[in-house]
Amino acid sequence: MNYFSDVGALARKDLRLELRSRDTFLSMVLFVVATLVVFSFSLPAQTEAEASYGLLWVALLFTAILGLTRAFAAEREQRVLDGLVLAPCDRSAIWLGKALAVVAFLALAELVALPAFALFFEPVTWELVAAVVLADLGLAAVGTLLAAMAAASRARELLLPLLLLPLAIPIVVGGVGASISDDPGRFLGFLALYDLIFAILSWASFEYVVTE
Amino acid sequence: MIRARGLGRSFGTKRVLRGLDLDVAERDVLVVTGPNGSGKSTLLALCAGLLAPTAGELEIEVERGRLGYLAHEPLVYRELTALENLELYGRLYRVPERRERIGMLLERFDLWEARHERVSTYSRGMQQRLALCRTLLHDPDLLLLDEPYAGLDEAGGVLLDGELAALAGERTLVVSTHEPERIARLATARLALA
Repeated sequence: MNYFSDVGALARKDLRLELRSRDTFLSMVLFVVATLVVFSFSLPAQTEAEASYGLLWVALLFTAILGLTRAFAAEREQRVLDGLVLAPCDRSAIWLGKALAVVAFLALAELVALPAFALFFEPVTWELVAAVVLADLGLAAVGTLLAAMAAASRARELLLPLLLLPLAIPIVVGGVGASISDDPGRFLGFLALYDLIFAILSWASFEYVVTE
Repeated sequence: MIRARGLGRSFGTKRVLRGLDLDVAERDVLVVTGPNGSGKSTLLALCAGLLAPTAGELEIEVERGRLGYLAHEPLVYRELTALENLELYGRLYRVPERRERIGMLLERFDLWEARHERVSTYSRGMQQRLALCRTLLHDPDLLLLDEPYAGLDEAGGVLLDGELAALAGERTLVVSTHEPERIARLATARLALA
């Protein structure tokens, strides 16, 4: 039970920090809405629905990267991550707490993004919502691990997208597939499997990322 | 409690520590001195387990949760209050009677009145006092204090003198400082890095 109490305390801390600064959430919402608006003007009127779903997933992916770039900003300042790493709690709790906070920020940004998508492009279906939820879990799992790796580097703004984009391609494939396919269950299952594999890998490897 | 043999640490091509042998027994007070760049902070980070040696051996006979580490930075969130920071660390360190312990430390380090203010509004000296509260919160067996007097005013320095005097003989202390005369009477061993 201590483990989940630690995770809860760490996630609440991130939400409290965000409530005070509103830096991450606001920039994510502004970015995703602005991107959808630009897409709505740049696409020809006769564009097929499939293309607009593809653009939505591109916008969501880059919004996630924007949020993840800032995920360890507070820890980077004054080396707070060192303080957390020295605590006797399981270090994977730091990853899980942060990943839960990232999921919350993504979900909040999508609460604005999906109605905006429905307004400018196509209706939001339950398959799309399910795919977005599963994609959030996968992006948060792998993205939090990579954000912690990138946080130690001076070129973190460059390093994170370079590391994350190749690993996020299956999420985009699964997300677009679930949005437009006649058999969305297959793609949703694929996304769930991705989440499971990367959550276990990230959970198990976080300790080695934050220690020498 | 600490045993180092031929300890070395390099950052890229730069060697910061080289061939260091060190023995620190339980309840010793080791004072580490040396000019800037001599490796004092690196030695303490190695002892804390935050860095790995690039040469030699280092054994620390204390669990991670029984170690208190004071770094150059206070290792607290700037946008949380002192109370929120200590609550978080108190949970993670499983401090018994956490609230009472936090209240006692904040009172002792004269931060009680400012406990609901964000750390970003604190002066350097207040941040250092909060860092000391964080370091002592879980009543550690081994204290690694990197420049503990940095940023403290005269009153803060006197307060810390008293704290260290109370801890000496009860806990193991490794203190790196540019003011060794302040804790000279407590020291059981000295290490001068060049």
